[in-house]
Amino acid sequence: MSASDKKKHLFDDPRHVSLLLRVLYVICALLFVLDFVLHRHTKLAWEELTGFYAIFGFVACVTLVLVATQLRRILKRKEDYYDVDD
Amino acid sequence: MWMTELPPFVPFFIAALLALITRGRTRNLILLATPVLGGLHLWLDVSPGIVSSVSIMEYSLELMRTDRLSLLFGYLFHIATFIAVIFAWHVRDTTQKVSSMLYAGSALGAVFAGDLITLFIFWELLAVSSVFLVWARRSERALRAGMRYLVIQVSSGLLLLAGALLHYDQTGSLSFDYIGLEVPAGFENLGGWLIFLAFGIKCAFPFLHNWLTDAYPEATPTGTVFLSVFTTKVAVYALARGFPGTEILIYIGAAMTCFPIFFAVIENDLRRVLAYSMINQIGFMVCGVGVGTALALNGAVAHAFNDVLFKGLLFMSMGAVLYRAGNTNGSDLGGLYKSMPKTAALCIVGACSISAFPLFSGFVSKSMVMAALIEQGYDYIWIMLLFASAGVFHHAGIKIPYFAFFAKDAGIRTHEAPDNMPIAMSIAAILCLFIGSHPQTLYALLPWEVEYWPYDTTHVLSQLQLLFFSALAFVWLNKQGLYPPELHAINIDAEWLYRKLLPEVANGVYSSSQSVRRRLALSTKTSLKDAAKTISDTRFARLHLATSWPTGSMVFWIAVILGFFLLADVIH
Repeated sequence: MSASDKKKHLFDDPRHVSLLLRVLYVICALLFVLDFVLHRHTKLAWEELTGFYAIFGFVACVTLVLVATQLRRILKRKEDYYDVDD
Repeated sequence: MWMTELPPFVPFFIAALLALITRGRTRNLILLATPVLGGLHLWLDVSPGIVSSVSIMEYSLELMRTDRLSLLFGYLFHIATFIAVIFAWHVRDTTQKVSSMLYAGSALGAVFAGDLITLFIFWELLAVSSVFLVWARRSERALRAGMRYLVIQVSSGLLLLAGALLHYDQTGSLSFDYIGLEVPAGFENLGGWLIFLAFGIKCAFPFLHNWLTDAYPEATPTGTVFLSVFTTKVAVYALARGFPGTEILIYIGAAMTCFPIFFAVIENDLRRVLAYSMINQIGFMVCGVGVGTALALNGAVAHAFNDVLFKGLLFMSMGAVLYRAGNTNGSDLGGLYKSMPKTAALCIVGACSISAFPLFSGFVSKSMVMAALIEQGYDYIWIMLLFASAGVFHHAGIKIPYFAFFAKDAGIRTHEAPDNMPIAMSIAAILCLFIGSHPQTLYALLPWEVEYWPYDTTHVLSQLQLLFFSALAFVWLNKQGLYPPELHAINIDAEWLYRKLLPEVANGVYSSSQSVRRRLALSTKTSLKDAAKTISDTRFARLHLATSWPTGSMVFWIAVILGFFLLADVIH
């Protein structure tokens, strides 16, 4: 117990976390640049937009989370909500 | 090995029986041998085109009918049972051991059923055998959730039976083949619609889906793994056989991919998050069945195949967390990678697979459905599914591993899960990676002939862009403090109708009827009293005719009358 408590783990060091994030940023940047280099075989008009998938992924997730946060205001109940009358 | 006509469910039912009377290692070995031998038999000896039936009271039940579609699900269920049995190796509870085998057997029975009555029998057996995996948690909550689950599942079976009989009345056939909704049009085809609804309940169509999110998270750590494999996949199989190309399924499926992800983002119980994500994945399959082209149908069943493995893997990882940490609430977990590194790593493989990263299994099957949608010109549905794909990564791919194993350190120090669990998870993870990197192996088993290859520059690049920028969005939202925190709370869903509104209305009706009854009783009592008083005030009252007599005096007078008759008889 105490031994494992004292042990330093991978993400206890904030430098490792920021390294991981930096790797993510670099990959994202590379993937975006690749859109200019490689030709995607598009079938829909939307797809032809440069960076369509990248922008779509980002916007979709932000929308998802923001809408879900608003939905929570309406839908959230206490954990024993259904138990009250039992 | 054994006769080819032996229906695949039989060994499982025998194993369930043996599980009753054996214990310990012997029992575990029997349970493990069943899917291995059954699966090998199915793979080596059984070919498409076998039909075998038994006659009961002049009705012939087609217990086994093989074609490439039923065989694919047959292989899948054997593999999944094998993995789940290993995962549940440490469990000593006889209830769970027996019911899990009965449940797996029922699923095989349903998949190989050649007629609708046989299907109905196994449909109900699925419900009855699986509920014990929920009840085996032995808590009040699980008991109630199991009861609700059972009512809904059994109702689905009754709809199927009613539909089957109407269908027979209309077509003169009970064979389980294409049913469809088109001919005759509209509600003339009530039989078809009822069967459709029955399948829809088990498939967790919108508004009919809460049995899944209600019961699965309440089951035992190992029970949920079995549950996640069979019921919904049998339903997808049934839809693929009975209703391929039914257009309404495209819209139902698209709705199923989208709405659960909102719930998944704000749900605290990570096993419930997985339950919502399961509806989302079934949505892709339902969409594929609705499109109905060879590519779409292949995509639907291939995705069912992959989903069993990666969703099973994710449920196993959360089962391991539940087993060790005692709960799966996002709000109470975090930092578990320190004590459960193997589980964490295997969970990430499952997360990558469900998110459809290239080289993982989800990628090679989901893309078939997406490609089929574009091919058939369903552009807007395609956009919805693309949104759902980004959403899957967000709630299942990132949220599950992040809040369980990373995020803030919740200070939980436990041990790695018992050895059998990482072994079972590893098998599932290897299969996910194998199918993802060698999709031709899975494609060769698919029922319809079609040329498809998922790995080209366009596809890999666009999928990577979609996923990495979704991850970027997660990081950004977290840094901005916009990400909704995990809270001890629940969110109301369609189940509110029958868990809150209906009971409240019933309570209201009951209590108002009670007060009406009380008032009625009171007024009757007073008016009776008044009447009694009026009579007692009259002259008759003096004759004791109007007072109430005690029972004793009545008995006395009857004795007098009887005595009189006796006397009269003697004298006579």
